[in-house]
Amino acid sequence: MRKDAQAVLLLLVGGTLLKISFAGTYVRYVKPGLLPLLLIAGVVLIAVAGVTLWQVIRTPKKIGAAVEHEASHRADADDPQLDEDGHGHQEPRVGWLLLVPALALLLFAPPALGSYQASRNGTALSSQANSDFAPLPDGDPVRISVLDYASRAVFDQGRSLAGRRVMLSGFVIAGPDGQPYLARMIVSCCAADARPIKVGLAGDVPADLVPDQWIEVEGSYTDRADRDPVNEDVIPFVQVATVRTIAAPERQYES
Amino acid sequence: MTVLDTEAVRRPHVEEPPRPPSRWGRLGSVEGLAVVVVIVLIGRGRLLSLIESPKAMTLITIFVSIMVQALPFLVLGTMLSAAITAFVPTRFFERALPSRPAAAVPVAGVAGAVLPACECGSVPVAGALIRRGVAPAAAFAFLLASPAINPVVLIATAVAFPGQPQMVAARFTASLVAAVIMGWLWLRLGQPGWLRPMRVVDPHTDRGWPAFWSSCRSDVVQAGGFLVVGAFAAATLNVTVPPAWLGAVAANPVFSVIALALLAVLLSICSEADAFVAASLSQFSLTARLAFLVVGPMVDLKLFAMQVGWFGPRFAIRFAPTTFVVAVLVSVAVGWLMF
Repeated sequence: MRKDAQAVLLLLVGGTLLKISFAGTYVRYVKPGLLPLLLIAGVVLIAVAGVTLWQVIRTPKKIGAAVEHEASHRADADDPQLDEDGHGHQEPRVGWLLLVPALALLLFAPPALGSYQASRNGTALSSQANSDFAPLPDGDPVRISVLDYASRAVFDQGRSLAGRRVMLSGFVIAGPDGQPYLARMIVSCCAADARPIKVGLAGDVPADLVPDQWIEVEGSYTDRADRDPVNEDVIPFVQVATVRTIAAPERQYES
Repeated sequence: MTVLDTEAVRRPHVEEPPRPPSRWGRLGSVEGLAVVVVIVLIGRGRLLSLIESPKAMTLITIFVSIMVQALPFLVLGTMLSAAITAFVPTRFFERALPSRPAAAVPVAGVAGAVLPACECGSVPVAGALIRRGVAPAAAFAFLLASPAINPVVLIATAVAFPGQPQMVAARFTASLVAAVIMGWLWLRLGQPGWLRPMRVVDPHTDRGWPAFWSSCRSDVVQAGGFLVVGAFAAATLNVTVPPAWLGAVAANPVFSVIALALLAVLLSICSEADAFVAASLSQFSLTARLAFLVVGPMVDLKLFAMQVGWFGPRFAIRFAPTTFVVAVLVSVAVGWLMF
């Protein structure tokens, strides 16, 4: 693999990192907190590409100009790089594969994980076990995360939810008997570790909800609960008052 | 005219070292790159319809997520490794580490705690240590210990297992012990011939900024390529292995440890996040989950692919399975003592 080809490749990869950072689509793949590192990595890759291209453009001139006086000396000085490329000609070919993620991100912009991955994985509530619950914030209905609702419902036995109307948003997945569940993915690092938090819908639920549709549910605590058949973890329910379909938010994961 | 002149001057330099078959050399990699991009641009609609299934889309999302997550750490690790190669004198490591390799192994393992990065960053750094004359056994102890025992990962573990601080202690102990055992095993049994010949660092020419940039470039390209292989394999397994299978083995104490250790290898989750996944595997025993946390940062698909790239296939094919066995045994022993 030639030096200039490596430079173009790094320019493409670095540019891709910057593009998904500025476009905001990076939150489909990693946590928002990674943004500074993504920007730094993008800038570094572009800098490495720039220095390499500059060297490539400059090198022939340098050798051409210096050929009479310094040819042998220059050649020695440049040899480590030539050697390194010569030594590396077998393994850097694997570097071409970097095209795959860059083109996938630029051309297809893969979507955030949805009902497919949520349905086949067990609800991850017990990894978030907690015993200290502050009172709910003000608001009627109060807007809380699916994870917060589920934790309070299960680990606080709904005490801090008593008498309050809550507003939850998430996407629809099909439960074990085909009834709709509300789900939200939680992500600790990147989408490869995404796990669903599932909440059942009790009461009057519209019949036309399809998987992956984003909904906003207004309701209140109920002590009804199910077991997730995948991992036997608890799935709490919410007593539904109204269900409204909404557009998918920009940040689809909770953490 | 000038172009022709410089071509004539360059040719002897370029063609002297042995080259791969010239058919590819003549086509030119930049031209090949352009052709690939044009083909993908034209075929985009057709490609999109091929991957419409939710399974394929999920696979692609997980694949690019692993890449987006790992690349910044890979780039930073590579810069650190390039800086070590280009600027840190060999003397420094001779002073910092005991001269007897057997004593240098545990010191290097503990030193792993200072690199606050996941496993993608530690591979290039370990490579740079060997280039700089550090005993490979000590560099491997660093490589294995660092992603598991640095403060970022330990804090993440404490957050994921609230009320169970013994999990943090067990993870630290088991990871460090396994890393040091692997270093000593390499001293005993390792053959230098298994390692791909490292580029020898010449203190006179291979220093300073030119060496820094050239090392950054070739290391990112090479390690990035292998990272793609590992990330794709991990994403494929993530969407094909049914999670319900895990429930079937959770009750058996022996199978559960082996199952979670294998799962850690297959999922290739970043060591900064694996504790949260381990915590969600609540139907498994603590010892099985400890094995997941100890094996994951030491052996996984993307790490294996990167070790092949850095140290060569003959090394990786021996080192990774041995590490797996040692890590599982140490986890079981530590789990038995502490839980």
